[in-house]
Amino acid sequence: MHVCQRCVSLLLSRPLSAAGQQSTRALHQRSHLILLQHSTRQSPVHRLSQGHSRETWRHFTDHQAASPDVYNKTDLAQKKVVPLNSDVHRISSQVSLSDSQSIDLDAAVRASPLQEISEEEAVQIQVPSALPPESSTLRPYVDKSETLSKLVQLGVNLWELEQRPNVGSMLVRLDFHADVAPRLLFLKDLGVEESKLGRLLTKNPFILTESLDNLEARVSYLKSKKFSKQSVAVMVTKAPYLLNFSVERLDNRLGFFQKQLGLSAEKTRDVVTRLPKLLCGSLEPIKENLKVCELEFGFRGNEMQHIVTTVPKVLIANKRKLTQIFDFIHNTMDVPHSLIAKFPQVLNAKFLRIRERHLFLEYLGRAQYQPSQPNYISLDRLVFLPDDVFCSEVALAALEDFERFQKTL
Amino acid sequence: MTSQAVRLFRKMDGLFAVYKPQGVHWKHVRDSIESNLLKALNSCPPPAPQLAVQFQLLSGGENSSSKDVVLSPSMVPTLADHPLVTGPQFHKVHVGVGHRLDAFSSGVLVLGVGKGNGVLEHLCKSHVTRDYTLEGEFGKATDNFTHTGRVIEKTTYDHVTLDKLERVLAMIQGANQKALIMYSQVDLHTQEAYELAVRGLLYPHGKSPPILTGLRCIHFNPPHFTLEVQCVNETQKYLRKLIHEVGLELRTSAVCSGVRRTRDGPFKVENALTRQHWTAGSIIQAIAHFSKATRKIRKSGMYKQTAGQLNSSAQVQEQTRSQTEQINQEHVELSSSTSDTVVDRETPVTLSEGRTKH
Repeated sequence: MHVCQRCVSLLLSRPLSAAGQQSTRALHQRSHLILLQHSTRQSPVHRLSQGHSRETWRHFTDHQAASPDVYNKTDLAQKKVVPLNSDVHRISSQVSLSDSQSIDLDAAVRASPLQEISEEEAVQIQVPSALPPESSTLRPYVDKSETLSKLVQLGVNLWELEQRPNVGSMLVRLDFHADVAPRLLFLKDLGVEESKLGRLLTKNPFILTESLDNLEARVSYLKSKKFSKQSVAVMVTKAPYLLNFSVERLDNRLGFFQKQLGLSAEKTRDVVTRLPKLLCGSLEPIKENLKVCELEFGFRGNEMQHIVTTVPKVLIANKRKLTQIFDFIHNTMDVPHSLIAKFPQVLNAKFLRIRERHLFLEYLGRAQYQPSQPNYISLDRLVFLPDDVFCSEVALAALEDFERFQKTL
Repeated sequence: MTSQAVRLFRKMDGLFAVYKPQGVHWKHVRDSIESNLLKALNSCPPPAPQLAVQFQLLSGGENSSSKDVVLSPSMVPTLADHPLVTGPQFHKVHVGVGHRLDAFSSGVLVLGVGKGNGVLEHLCKSHVTRDYTLEGEFGKATDNFTHTGRVIEKTTYDHVTLDKLERVLAMIQGANQKALIMYSQVDLHTQEAYELAVRGLLYPHGKSPPILTGLRCIHFNPPHFTLEVQCVNETQKYLRKLIHEVGLELRTSAVCSGVRRTRDGPFKVENALTRQHWTAGSIIQAIAHFSKATRKIRKSGMYKQTAGQLNSSAQVQEQTRSQTEQINQEHVELSSSTSDTVVDRETPVTLSEGRTKH
């Protein structure tokens, strides 16, 4: 990320810090001044007869000449003024600068920083701002910018945001009272908790550039579809990009889900409230997943509805992983469709976990997944219990035995 | 004053072994270990922020009444040092992998963290053998030699008995012994060569094809059978092909249903970490457990380097051989061999300097 010079100049032009600032033009003037002082000193080099001091001084000037971009940073320029002056004093006492140089430069060079000046002159001194005009991080600007410091206090992860291209420049350009505060108040009115605001803005900083009319239109659309105020707040918290999508797109998605899944309006609302990401992403992978469940797995319509209402994540799960899990459960564990539809959480679990636990139970002779048989183990217990509880209650073995068995697979 | 995070980071230096589950790419294993270590490091409290002087409008002190508001200086922590602005303290932990395992296989995978990565190189160059357990199934042949591949042919296997299998294995072993002697570039007609062979210190010199130093059948239950293999310079695909060739020799066909590495030099399966233990605490414990073996590998690796620089003399060879014997005594094989082979397979770890032809 590269915070552009224009943004920084905007930042600098606002009355932010108590100590006065300097515009970037004056900044360059001052550095130009130092460059001029520098060039005049090239000629006296040849006239010096001292050995040691001349060497160190020449090294210093060579070093200065080699890095012209240093003059972009005014705080460094400030620091450099002091040693240059002391050097000049040492030299001017030995060598007389009798060249034709402008009198202004001489006067400026001869003034010592320890010289006492009057109050009026002191007030007129303009301290250049220490803000670099360009930076790849937001660190130099955080203390000086009201927007950025308020965002940090809210809990927004500025480091994450500055990794994304152009987001840093956008944040520096924002004005707190004009842009950020109205939107934060809008979100608060919506019902989003203050503790969740930081995370929301970290995921979606573009909510601060979306126009308030659009945001309000989308919220009123959702409310017209009979989403309660609380559910709208929950949806915005879970899917930060939700309010950046147009009303047509939201309408299209909601219509698709209601038609395709064949659910009632109430159930569709429930599914969408629990997984609002469905409204944000593309519909193609969801259509593919539905086709896979219907044709490849062979689930019937009502089983599909039950699965989707219990575990909506199946709609956006990875097709390959879903197929791998289903294949293992249905073909290796011999669990029929009806049982899987009854416990759809198992399709959401990690494949390795299911495999290791099933093989362990098979090794112990306890792999019984039919409800009618004795020692029945339900699929959700197989998958959701933590390891130690699983070993003690379901497998009736020690945890070390399970680990030793894992190393034989 | 070092922070807690830095102290934790300094402990992460060394080698340890992990049990790679089947079906997982070794890169995912390495990535998840690195992210677990980073998580532990970044959860340590960050260093204290710098303080800066700020002029703030605060209510007046004891002199004036509380209504007066005065611009007064105070030391306030700078927001530039806030963790949300600076980001995590650690971005990368160097985690390297030793001898790789492909996705179909499971077993011991040696990983190195931090300074241990240098020792990993020595381990790879040193003469360590690896132990594998191969599960095979008679009756079919597939295109990629595994039981999940596309079936090419199906055969009967009723005629296969244990002693036929043992005969085939002995024949394969004989061929491998010849290859071992040839690639170790040792003249068999010398006393020294005989002594090396007896003690099991023969090792292929330079590049060589995969050579099995040990092979036997530990379980036979047709159609399933299990082989135990000690090998050098191998790939897992070669081992699956071996099962296929065993089937061919027995006038039937066989596929491999599992390749499991049980040992990689001094790293054995008992001390390998399972998935639940891929956390920073357990990893640091495992590193401490293997620190002695790591030190030996590093010493022998450096010794080899310096010995290679000075032309190897007989003295150096003697020293390396005594060192290898020391290490060999410590690493006793898991299962004692009972089959009739020329070379004694008791001492797998061999670290010998280049032998000159006499």
